[in-house]
Amino acid sequence: MAGEKKGLQLLDFWVSPFGQRCRIALSEKGLPYEYLEQDLGNKSELLLRSNPVHKKIPVLLHDGRPVCESLIIVQYIDEAFPGKDGKPALLPADPYARAQARFWADYVDKKLYDCGTRLWKLKGEAQQQARKEMLEILRTLDGALGDGKFFGGEAFGFADVAIAPFTAWFLTYERHGEFSVEEECPRLVAWAKRCGERESVAKNLTPPEKVYEFICGMKKRFGIE
Amino acid sequence: MAVAAAAGAGGELRLLGTWSSPWVIRVRVALGLKGLSYEYLEEDLASKSDLLLRSNPVHGKVPVLLHGGRPVCESLVILEYADEAWPGVGPPLLPSDPYDRATARFWAAYVNDTFLPAFRALFRSLTEEQRAAAFENAVPKVEALDRALAECSKGKPFFGGDAVGLVDVALGSHLVWIRAVNEVAGTNLLDGARFPGLAAWAERFLAVDAVREVVPDAGKVLEQYKGFRAKWIAAAGSTSKST
Repeated sequence: MAGEKKGLQLLDFWVSPFGQRCRIALSEKGLPYEYLEQDLGNKSELLLRSNPVHKKIPVLLHDGRPVCESLIIVQYIDEAFPGKDGKPALLPADPYARAQARFWADYVDKKLYDCGTRLWKLKGEAQQQARKEMLEILRTLDGALGDGKFFGGEAFGFADVAIAPFTAWFLTYERHGEFSVEEECPRLVAWAKRCGERESVAKNLTPPEKVYEFICGMKKRFGIE
Repeated sequence: MAVAAAAGAGGELRLLGTWSSPWVIRVRVALGLKGLSYEYLEEDLASKSDLLLRSNPVHGKVPVLLHGGRPVCESLVILEYADEAWPGVGPPLLPSDPYDRATARFWAAYVNDTFLPAFRALFRSLTEEQRAAAFENAVPKVEALDRALAECSKGKPFFGGDAVGLVDVALGSHLVWIRAVNEVAGTNLLDGARFPGLAAWAERFLAVDAVREVVPDAGKVLEQYKGFRAKWIAAAGSTSKST
């Protein structure tokens, strides 16, 4: 066993949207857990023991047993604690709806974070390319949402948990890409507001200005203007 | 075995694919293991069908499974869908215990996100230098998978235990390509001497009926690979020695 404690512990990093997916899921399920902030510049024994393969956060420890990779953690939370205190499941019951939810969570994993990183790190032609791709990604998500309340339809679920933390990064993308998410993707922004009204999201997302400050700090460290 | 009935439940099945795509092979193996019948439609990726572009507007890629006309995209999503849409039809690809499910998903994701990009670098390498560097980078990933096999199988034949599971299908479907690349590159990525567990597993996987029925001919895959390399070499204007 990696850890020794009973119950749930989350190894995480304050601004990580991947970690926030787990925090939102735990909150939605009403599950108490111990939050353990990690120093990624000086990784703890516990983190290295718990995720020897990737050495990354987030890691969920359940009675000392580690679960790694944010979307895998969210599904684990959903499956290990079904109907806890009458809280609804994050993944819907219908297999086709589940497949759609997994598809969109996977889409965000494949595209959003990397494109966002290129958008703030790069300059010139490469940054313009990242800007173009980011707009395409956001428009695709806007289209997928359609007139639905959430990505899963009426109920907040797995795909929403997967994507919501990135709404805190919209401001950073906007300032680096010089565009307005609201103008380009009004439905996505409306959805972000609806998510923000949920306690699980409101208390776990980093305020957008703080994300921007963090990225500015990262740029200084990398010697980027 | 209620094959026709199973396929009928919820509508007919069609699979859009290409004959040598390992991601398509994953789905064909899974459907075969479950005894589900489907119409297979070969796509020309240089000239994608309307059906493909309509069914997978986001990525435009194969495989796409159409169930009663509704598309499911991304091979691992399709595999989990197959388990859930036809519960009790053939052994499940995923175990029932939540922690074991998380472990299986972790290693399937490892195959996709860590092993395959490393393998792809070897697959795409044109010079001796690139090959050597790519091979060196890929070996630790194979080591990790060899350890994973020992942990997940617990002495049984497959990552999934007694029966083929998600990780077996995710990794095993790439074996025919791994062998083709090994032959051309002169490398031995699944070295039986170094990784006896994984090498033995590979033989077992390829011997499973549902796998044998859908894995393309090794000679044809090799020929296709040589064709790709000839094109890349011509494009790169490379003057180095290569097969």
